[in-house]
Amino acid sequence: MGQMIKVGMADLNICSCPDALTTIGLGSCIGIALYDPTTKVSGLAHIMLPDSTAIRNNTNKAKFADTGIEQLLDMMLKAGASKNRIVAKIAGGAKMFAISGNASSAINVGDQNYEASKNKLRELGIRLIAEDCGLNYGRTVELYSESGVYLIKSVGKPVKEI
Amino acid sequence: MANLDQLNDMYLDVLKEIGNIGAGNATTAISNMLNLKMDMSVPNVELMPVEKIGGAIGSEEQVVVGIMLGVDTDVNGSMMFLMDMASAHKMVNLLMMRDVNYNNDFDEMDLSALKEIGNIIAGSYLSALSGLTNLTISPTVPYVSVDMAAAILSVPAIQFGLISDKALMIKTEIGGDNKIDGYFILMPDEESFEKILASLGVPIE
Repeated sequence: MGQMIKVGMADLNICSCPDALTTIGLGSCIGIALYDPTTKVSGLAHIMLPDSTAIRNNTNKAKFADTGIEQLLDMMLKAGASKNRIVAKIAGGAKMFAISGNASSAINVGDQNYEASKNKLRELGIRLIAEDCGLNYGRTVELYSESGVYLIKSVGKPVKEI
Repeated sequence: MANLDQLNDMYLDVLKEIGNIGAGNATTAISNMLNLKMDMSVPNVELMPVEKIGGAIGSEEQVVVGIMLGVDTDVNGSMMFLMDMASAHKMVNLLMMRDVNYNNDFDEMDLSALKEIGNIIAGSYLSALSGLTNLTISPTVPYVSVDMAAAILSVPAIQFGLISDKALMIKTEIGGDNKIDGYFILMPDEESFEKILASLGVPIE
């Protein structure tokens, strides 16, 4: 296996075979994995918020589902991936604290991130082939460019492969 | 409207003092509740890029117990008390009068004990802040989560991400001979820290 490249919060990166990408501790954030099975060009974005147009401070494209997915796709195409082959897998979007009532809008951002990611992928015509989203726990993910396997590790749960 | 980037050293010192007094009160409260001797560190006030919050208290993947409360009325934001698993178990066991080495998974009763600890801590932290600033500051109901540090800290990171690329974090570490280590993190939103500073006589120009 090649290198494991770390993607931070509000960050994105691509890699090629045999390297892998990882991002640690997705809470309400979403880890969007894009993969071209032929060239094995892989990309991973760790987005925090659903919509860049709803926010005044939006210079970091990787922070938002809409601009983050666009930028990641762009980088992958430049690295030789083909748009009609790229498939997507997503994980995250949890609700870490079971807060209800008025204070909940920022807490339910997981659901909004999930919807925004799905919508953006649909808009770009990228097929979403697997997902592991929602519920109330954090996820660490690893995307392997050799196989396209997306590993999900959580506390006290078996490792999941999607 | 003021911007987090405008905060200079003087403001940070004032915020540090707030952390000092708040955490001091809260530490005394825990100390009395559990009948333990506790110490606290000098608070660390940091304007942190939101992307870095996940690693603010150590390893991103370390499992921690996070107790989160919203803060509202005059000051809006959130407050968190974080501790590692060993400390959380020790605290709950002391509170429930069990053998302190008992280390099973937390059950409902334990989680509710943790919430109560959160309530007491936040109440004493905020009442000190309230007394100092003459602002009304009320905590909401506490919520508990046991998970990776990065996942828990992503919640305040997202709240800050809505308004800024930076978060104001007032972090205090507590500990002592009894090996209970924890962190208080107070995260006022942009308007609120202006209010806090203004009430203390150092308005942002």
